[in-house]
Amino acid sequence: MSLDLATTRRIAKLARIGLADAELETVRQKLDGILGWVDQLSEVDVEGVPPMVGTEMEALRQREDVVTDGNCQQAVLSCAPETSGPFYTVPKVVE
Amino acid sequence: MLTRLTLTEARAGLAARKFSARDLAKAHLDAIDRLNPKLNAYITVLPEKDVLAAADAADARYANGTARAMEGLPVGVKDLFCTKGVKTTAASKILANFIPLYESTVTARLLDAGSVFVGKTNLDEFAMGSANITSAFGSVLNPWQRKGDEATALVPGGSSGGSAAAVAAGLALAATGTDTGGSIRQPAAFCGIVGLKPTYGRCSRWGTIAYASSLDQAGPMTRTVADAGLMLEAMAGFDEKDSTCSNRPVPAFAQAVGKSVKGLRVGIPAEYRAPGLSPEISAMWEQGIAWLRDAGCEIVDVSLPHTKYGLATYYIIAPAECSSNLARYDGIRFGVRKDAPTLDGVYELTRAEGFGEEVRNRILMGTYVLSAGYYDAYYLKAQKVRTLIKRDFVQAFEQVDVLLTPTAPSAAFAQGENADDPVQMYLNDIFTVPASMAGVPALSVPVGLDAKGLPLGLQIIGRHFDEETVLSVGGALEAAAGFAHTPTLHAEAGA
Repeated sequence: MSLDLATTRRIAKLARIGLADAELETVRQKLDGILGWVDQLSEVDVEGVPPMVGTEMEALRQREDVVTDGNCQQAVLSCAPETSGPFYTVPKVVE
Repeated sequence: MLTRLTLTEARAGLAARKFSARDLAKAHLDAIDRLNPKLNAYITVLPEKDVLAAADAADARYANGTARAMEGLPVGVKDLFCTKGVKTTAASKILANFIPLYESTVTARLLDAGSVFVGKTNLDEFAMGSANITSAFGSVLNPWQRKGDEATALVPGGSSGGSAAAVAAGLALAATGTDTGGSIRQPAAFCGIVGLKPTYGRCSRWGTIAYASSLDQAGPMTRTVADAGLMLEAMAGFDEKDSTCSNRPVPAFAQAVGKSVKGLRVGIPAEYRAPGLSPEISAMWEQGIAWLRDAGCEIVDVSLPHTKYGLATYYIIAPAECSSNLARYDGIRFGVRKDAPTLDGVYELTRAEGFGEEVRNRILMGTYVLSAGYYDAYYLKAQKVRTLIKRDFVQAFEQVDVLLTPTAPSAAFAQGENADDPVQMYLNDIFTVPASMAGVPALSVPVGLDAKGLPLGLQIIGRHFDEETVLSVGGALEAAAGFAHTPTLHAEAGA
């Protein structure tokens, strides 16, 4: 299946990557080329084959449900581009 | 001579007090000063006073008899590992100002073993690339040059191209790399050094900036196979902060090198004889087979029938995981932010301007294959094919102990080659991706030069958690090949 411009615009929106219309067409062509190439997987028979999740060499572990970290609010906030008091700041989201 | 040593030689020289860790550190800082402006192998060089302080601490340990496995050895760190208080960029504009508050588990272990970090090495942005041309801080130059054509700038491979170039040119005795689809092994081959991608789960991924979490694995990039064993021993081990990290004991990897390989069964996968494989690479592979036969190995033809689907599977799964992992770069909590009137506008502008083209395309590709209506056709399908690829390896390893293949389909190519067509660029990883998909360990060993004087590597792939056999066979190959070449651009060239 070939990728159209509307779908390209929709995935750019989903990915929160702002692309100008001129860039969208370039991206569409690149992705369409890659999608055409990965379509070769359609010839593989996967009937009854389970999907591989991770490498399945290790069982997932559980640990005690205890706090192991924290009390570093200032340090964590220090990485942010913009803060106000103990908060991250963003443009107003409620009208 | 200090920048030509192996880790093992340098460790012995330090222990015998032939030179000090300070001498060693100074020689490397000096080499970086002279060559890094040309090679661009480091994004960040650590301040001289910090490097020398670490070296002095190492010298004190040699003096009082408490020196550890990597004590005083100058190491480069791929700029994908978070280093506490040291800028960590992933070669992306979006992290241009990011100073981590914590140390990755792998680098913490290397520091605990006494390593002296000299700098953060360049890479493809977020480790996405096979030529180290997507770094926001400029391309890395391969220190090797074509004979009679010194003007053509060659790529070091990627994504760990800065690490490979630094080790090859004498700007570090060894460096860390990460490998998602070949990012340790292919640049190691292109730069004439040794690179080991351990079994998935052998090294903790905690604190390493994530690209594709089910594939990412840290490993050593060194001058010899024994060095790779020594350094992996320092890097590996259980970490409760990474739920996929194995709690199996860490063997004495370096001791596996030099062990007899007599009677080991070496598989030659028919599917790696790809059409169009360069005759020189074919010949080098045949030579490798002959060397291992002479060393007493039994050569066995095997089949990995789903090899040809490895790359397509990879280019669905890796972008899918990348689109999830890179969602965190939103301009709000860390990194660079581009202001806009709305919150969505901040996200969209920050991510459009902060990520380079290749990273954006992979995020978009991943978003597409995970989106409603396409998930089953692409992502789920790819995960099922991945099961078949892994089964191929498990079945092959019922017949043989290791597999021998070329590492890459060509020697280092020129900057600008393969740049326009992503699929052409992706083909570089054709021999390395399948082992990544299966999660098995794989080692690239430099074995010779092509007609243009560029290094070629062979790859040894082993069973899950059997790095020891991989290292033993790698050691045998290394001994037979006797690769002792260094690149034209080297810290001690002409000295």
